[in-house]
Amino acid sequence: MRRCRIIRRRQLSDNIFDFTAEAGELAEKAVPGQFAQIAVPGKTLRRPISICEANRQNQTLRFVFGVRGEGTAALSKFHVGDFLDILAPLGNGFSLGDISRRALFVGGGIGVPPLLLAAKHFGRNATFAAGFRTRSSIILKDDFASFGCKVLIATDDGSYGHHGLVTDLLGSLEFDAVFACGPLPMLRAVRCIASEHGVPCQLSLEERMACGIGACLGCAVKLRHEDGTPYYGRVCRDGPVFDSRMLDKNF
Amino acid sequence: MLKKADGAYTMQKTVYPNKNRRTKMANLEVNIAGVKFHNPVIAASGTFGFGREFSEFYPLSVFGGVSCKGLTLEERAGNPPPRVTETPGGMLNSVGLQNPGADYFIKNDLPWLKKQGTRVIANIAGNTPESYCSIAEKLSDSPVDMIELNISCPNVKQGGMQFGTTCKSAAEITKEVRKHCTKPLTVKLSPNVSDIGDIAAAVESEGADAISMINTLTGMRIDIRTQRPVLRNNTGGLSGPAVFPVAVRMVWQAYRRVKIPIIGIGGISTWQDATEIMLAGASAVQIGTVLFRDPYAPVKITDGLSHYLDKNGMGSVSELTGKAIPW
Repeated sequence: MRRCRIIRRRQLSDNIFDFTAEAGELAEKAVPGQFAQIAVPGKTLRRPISICEANRQNQTLRFVFGVRGEGTAALSKFHVGDFLDILAPLGNGFSLGDISRRALFVGGGIGVPPLLLAAKHFGRNATFAAGFRTRSSIILKDDFASFGCKVLIATDDGSYGHHGLVTDLLGSLEFDAVFACGPLPMLRAVRCIASEHGVPCQLSLEERMACGIGACLGCAVKLRHEDGTPYYGRVCRDGPVFDSRMLDKNF
Repeated sequence: MLKKADGAYTMQKTVYPNKNRRTKMANLEVNIAGVKFHNPVIAASGTFGFGREFSEFYPLSVFGGVSCKGLTLEERAGNPPPRVTETPGGMLNSVGLQNPGADYFIKNDLPWLKKQGTRVIANIAGNTPESYCSIAEKLSDSPVDMIELNISCPNVKQGGMQFGTTCKSAAEITKEVRKHCTKPLTVKLSPNVSDIGDIAAAVESEGADAISMINTLTGMRIDIRTQRPVLRNNTGGLSGPAVFPVAVRMVWQAYRRVKIPIIGIGGISTWQDATEIMLAGASAVQIGTVLFRDPYAPVKITDGLSHYLDKNGMGSVSELTGKAIPW
């Protein structure tokens, strides 16, 4: 738990903000796919915000988040020099495995930020495919490109890239592993596609949380044992990244 | 001792002043139904699991005791999500008593927990008198220090009415469990009742050694975008600062009706809140929701209590209990 000074603040689109904060040893411990629980003055619960980047040399963490409610709205008004009260890094993160493999990163809207740090490790071996509502909602496209990733974009209204769903773009691609984060319908479609291609698939989920560390059992997700019997796991601790085979068919 | 450097919290070994100190350090020990707690701050059931997660922040001995996640005889899956949501000054939960069952706890979690330097309270739940008695027996044969009886569960044999909502059923379940429980027994009361004093007196009369109060208030939220309840269970339990004045009032009312010690629970966030609810009649406190915002709350509360007692010339935290006089 640490008070982290904001050193950079940008607004990426209508309601998406990009903060970089000095995080000391928290930045050294963070791995791709983990998140932070960030306190909001006057609110009972912290807000779970995914870690977009972690810089070990500068000891900084980067957060790109959307305003979804009162808490994130309040956070969006913090400025450079303000301190964020952060509990991090939390969650299990992605299992990147062999980074010489061809990795496919599939993102939808505000699901894109947690994929960036993972894609960085694969560099030119990564393809980044993302779907957004419209041209002005596109975020982090250039960041992925700067790591050498191949970038494919779809927009719901066709104002940029492919007119349609990001999953429309995946059928013709070749890949050895998939990592995805975004709306549930997109994640379910990605799971099917990965299964059809016979490749491992990791999905990053979200759920309303209280403690964020695995103690309160608030953020339940339906998983299944190897024999198919269901049980509830914790998105904050057992996840937020889940191997798609662990998820119940109706997760 | 909690130390803050470069904006980060770390725990450091407490260095006690030498024997020739002029100021006395107040004694935070409390004795509840024969069980000695080295400080009066206990982790509330359901907020703390079995201690493993929070033990990554500090030694569990920062707490005088830990009340474990509610246990049932058999493993319980819990409710489908969403199970939690924030409310003004609080939160709702409908976790649904997800737990691995009493046997698993006794075998896998209890041995570790007993070594953490804090008192272990097993919270038990059930949906029939028989299941409550069976689990009380199992845990009486285990090394837990105390058993906390959760009577906010629905009695499936009585149409799902909560055991704790009437004096008659609260008394009955306490009487039955008492027969099968050889450990110090605290009964955790529900606030969703007409007269908390009556309920407190009823459980005392059937052999409760202490009372824990309050459990959550029943509440709900509706999402106006989707026009559906936020929680998948529709309703849930309200906790956090919003319920604190209700907890203080109920402890105050119960204190005037019973002789057994009261453990105060409900939205306690600071040492001032702990002082307040002890003045109302509590001998110890449990904290839960505050931990989600500030895991280090127990350290701040014990430090604050010590300081308050020293400043007011009080030698022991028990001197606070019931000290507030009505007008």
